[in-house]
Amino acid sequence: MSPAIIEFHNVVKSFGKQRVLDDVSVSFEFGRTTVIGGGSGQGKSVTLKLILGLLAPDSGRILVNGRDITRMKLRELNKVREKFGVLFQGAALLDSMTVFENVALPLRERTKFKSQEIAQRVRQMLAQFNLDGHEDKFPAQLSGGMKKRVGLARALMLQPDIMLFDEPTTGLDPQITMDIYRLFFKSQQQFGYTSIIVSHDIPKVFNLADQVVLLNKGKMVVFSSPEDIPLSSEPQIVSFATETMGHIYSSRKMEHNL
Amino acid sequence: MISLITKLGDSFLYMVRDLGRMGLFLLSALLGVFSRPFRFRETVRQIRIIGANSFAVIFFISIFTGMVLGLQGYYTLRKFGSEGMLGSAVALSLIRELGPVLTALMVTGRAGSAMCAEIGIMRNTEQIDALECMAVNPFRYLITPKFLATIISLPILTQFFNVIGIAGGYLAGVVLLGVNPGAFYSGIEQSVVNEDINLGIVKSFVFALLVVWICTGRGYFVHILRNAGFGAEGVSRATTQAVVLSSIAVLIWDYLITAIML
Repeated sequence: MSPAIIEFHNVVKSFGKQRVLDDVSVSFEFGRTTVIGGGSGQGKSVTLKLILGLLAPDSGRILVNGRDITRMKLRELNKVREKFGVLFQGAALLDSMTVFENVALPLRERTKFKSQEIAQRVRQMLAQFNLDGHEDKFPAQLSGGMKKRVGLARALMLQPDIMLFDEPTTGLDPQITMDIYRLFFKSQQQFGYTSIIVSHDIPKVFNLADQVVLLNKGKMVVFSSPEDIPLSSEPQIVSFATETMGHIYSSRKMEHNL
Repeated sequence: MISLITKLGDSFLYMVRDLGRMGLFLLSALLGVFSRPFRFRETVRQIRIIGANSFAVIFFISIFTGMVLGLQGYYTLRKFGSEGMLGSAVALSLIRELGPVLTALMVTGRAGSAMCAEIGIMRNTEQIDALECMAVNPFRYLITPKFLATIISLPILTQFFNVIGIAGGYLAGVVLLGVNPGAFYSGIEQSVVNEDINLGIVKSFVFALLVVWICTGRGYFVHILRNAGFGAEGVSRATTQAVVLSSIAVLIWDYLITAIML
């Protein structure tokens, strides 16, 4: 078993009267891929925002590399955030900047590289994601799949230890969805990051998972593999699995078929 | 009755929280000036957007404001046989009151609303979250250049407003209505003192801070504004709120500064 890189200890988060996370304790292991699933409004994206320190829990602790981020000052939190790369649902590209400028942004802001070095690194990364020739386009001129690729390229520029994916394939057609999964698989092999994927794309996304976390009524249920889900003792989880996954299949085998 | 008290208490708590949030927002934006790397090119770009691009509007508003002042002033002063005081009346009205106030209101309508909408859309499309995730301080990166640009641009635009407005007053009073040009200029020279100019400059700095603070703040917090709604509707309501609040704040502070400095 790998050491935990992110740990939730008795985390509670509410919005008004709605308790989104209710005394949740879970750990995400180093170098592994965790898929967080569950119905809409169950707190999947909130979980990601808590990990990033964009939201604070009402109570409980969140540890990243053993350090409690809920008690950190902004400067310390920013140091932790440097280890993260995030691919947002809508890619969250800065729409007043070109593709090149978006991908160069982390290097310009977080490193002391000269502009020639930055340009070289950005061009290399864009080529890796089949985006060469699109450097001067603005986000509004890109398709959904291209935006995601630019977002992924930007997130990987500083070679993060942990990648967070918020609905990486929402709104994409099946072909582009598979392309994104292939890119994910390839980039994870290359950079070796720990990844947490929040997705509705069940069961397809389970092919990437080493661990599955299902959110249901504020509680997190952890499964060491997708195959264990239908064997859950909780009827709501079984019902969710039957509705979304259908038959049981081997995720490892499917993974290699991607 | 209890429900009414609950609602009032809830509104009061929301107002206190909102004031606290906006106070911290102002502090963070001002501290952004001292964070490195300083975004010089972005600040210059914002000066072009907020300042230079507002010049045409300011030109038309100021020249016609000056002409109306010249026209109204002439017919009022003629009743007392004091047409020679027209230059003084136009200049003092513009420098002490109308210049700073109308410039601030024009910048609110033209650039303030745009700033609020831009930041609101960035918030809704997670662009601000993305900056935070990249450990980029959104205040230094986005808000501070707008603060600096407005604080630099608005006093300069106010001075343009005053000069063009006085020229408008001259056009209406001297060229069209036949007031003696020497009397017009000598009225200005004799009545306008440094204190009047200082009052106008202090006002324009305070108004600049109010406009940029309220407009960027409403956009930044669009996701947690009460009754603002979500998405495009939320941005639209936040923008309306920003323009209305800024305009009211400008008029209230106009009175306060005048009362303190006169």
